[in-house]
Amino acid sequence: MTGQDHFKPSRRGVLGLAFAGAVTAGLGVRPAQAKRIATKARIIIIGAGAGGTALANRLVERLDGAQITLLDPRVQHYYQPGLSLVAAGLKPSSYTVSQTADWLPAGVTLVAEAAAAIDPLAKTVATDKGQKFDYDFLVVAPGLVLDHDAIEGFSLDMVGKDGIGALYAGPDYAAKTWQAASKFTEEGGIGLMTRPATEMKCAGAPLKHAFLIDDIASRSGAKGKYEIHYTCPQKALFSVPIVAEKVRMLFGERGVATYYGHTLKSIDSARKTARFETAAADPVTGEVVKSMTEMPYDYLHVIPPQRAPEVIRQSGLSWAEKWTDQGWVECDMKTLRHLRYPEIFALGDVAGVPKGKTAASVKWQVPVIEDHLVAAIEGREGTELYDGYTSCPLITRVGRAMLVEFDYHDNLVPSFPGVIAPLEELWISWLMKEVALKATYNAMLRGRA
Amino acid sequence: MKELTFGTLLAVFEEIFGRGLFWIMVLLAAAVTLVYLYVLMRDRAMSMRKFLWAQLSMPFGAILAVIFVQRMTHSGLRDIGGPVDVIVLLGVAVLGAVGGAILVYTVQSLIRPPQHSQHDG
Repeated sequence: MTGQDHFKPSRRGVLGLAFAGAVTAGLGVRPAQAKRIATKARIIIIGAGAGGTALANRLVERLDGAQITLLDPRVQHYYQPGLSLVAAGLKPSSYTVSQTADWLPAGVTLVAEAAAAIDPLAKTVATDKGQKFDYDFLVVAPGLVLDHDAIEGFSLDMVGKDGIGALYAGPDYAAKTWQAASKFTEEGGIGLMTRPATEMKCAGAPLKHAFLIDDIASRSGAKGKYEIHYTCPQKALFSVPIVAEKVRMLFGERGVATYYGHTLKSIDSARKTARFETAAADPVTGEVVKSMTEMPYDYLHVIPPQRAPEVIRQSGLSWAEKWTDQGWVECDMKTLRHLRYPEIFALGDVAGVPKGKTAASVKWQVPVIEDHLVAAIEGREGTELYDGYTSCPLITRVGRAMLVEFDYHDNLVPSFPGVIAPLEELWISWLMKEVALKATYNAMLRGRA
Repeated sequence: MKELTFGTLLAVFEEIFGRGLFWIMVLLAAAVTLVYLYVLMRDRAMSMRKFLWAQLSMPFGAILAVIFVQRMTHSGLRDIGGPVDVIVLLGVAVLGAVGGAILVYTVQSLIRPPQHSQHDG
């Protein structure tokens, strides 16, 4: 070969390049650390779910000497955003399960007992095993309860059999849901999807389940011999109008039949029939007329009404005039601080705010509560505000999703404007849900995102 | 996403692959790159013959990378929905192509170092 074939880098040039690369790679790794504040404050966090765990990790970084106690009897931590994937056979149930204790930092105390009574005047929390704790600050983050008993004729042991699914009930039930759903995707018939009339966690999940099961059925044995019927008590498919319209169009394209104003009341599994309370405006008087109707199914997805845990409702922390059947905590929607007891904060599903029962909301709520709590310890006012941000990677089929992000005002607030369009079905949004979301969630639990 | 800093990104990648595997992969990639730089400096020249083989391996690296990502994420080419998806797909392919080329070149250089003086390749 001749010399013209050769590219000759100088040794010094190569070394310089390598050094520049190393310096660039090291930049910005360490976030600026605020000075830790010395305090003897006793902080109790009820619930070691997404919110409680993330907040505990961040408070430990900010406070020096605080007594932080978490109350949660559940040994396992559930990555709930993964349940939709488990219920479509895309992930095993183990994908959503880890150990609560593994996420908690050194320096906090986990008491594996449930809060049984809160006295906001005496500032004490009693547990179901009879322990009593005094607090200076209380963060209530116990999540919510699924009221399965409210659906007559339904019980959790029916999930996975006779065409019944209920993915909200936890990792095992999500896996059983797929057992029932996969049979439907092979054999066909009528797939009946429901959602409750109450506030609920991740209002996108009922839609995701409908989209996923429809997509899988359209490519499996049931192809050409199935129908999806989507029912909801509300008058729209999603609380944000522009998203509701988009979903309505997609349902139209996919041939999903929509039934508004339908609330699931009971099921008759022997006859494979579900009973709904329907509400429709009388065309003459405009009055809302309620009646009952029956719908047949071969596969039924049940999402029960959702409420604040009993201990919250008994302790007088709930709104008196709003959500009276559900009992969400009365708090300021921007600071999440209790309106009557300033040393109490509500975090996550239990908070009585118009939007935001998702892990994405929790991610944005945690720094706000952290700010106001630390400020209160220092004797000043916090400045961070929560504006209702929540996000929903709305899966529209296996392999595609819409990255929908919005706030209290029903505005879309895309994280990547001009790059990832919120109302477009994209592969990149699916990749985020499938690959990056759990990673981001875990980083959040550790207080790092 | 509230803020996307380099630290957040590292944390996310650590969670995707697990802390151990992620840093092993980073170290492997860094090691291959360093060995590549080492053979370049050692040989004081880039062998066009080896570079040709490296270039020929690029399409395979690209396709393998795309198939790997699609397998890992239950998706396929039918899911490409918009321009950004095409960019992501090409990005994955380019990474696979460049990674494959560097690997092939480095392995060749290690197995068959230049036999004569530094003017030959």
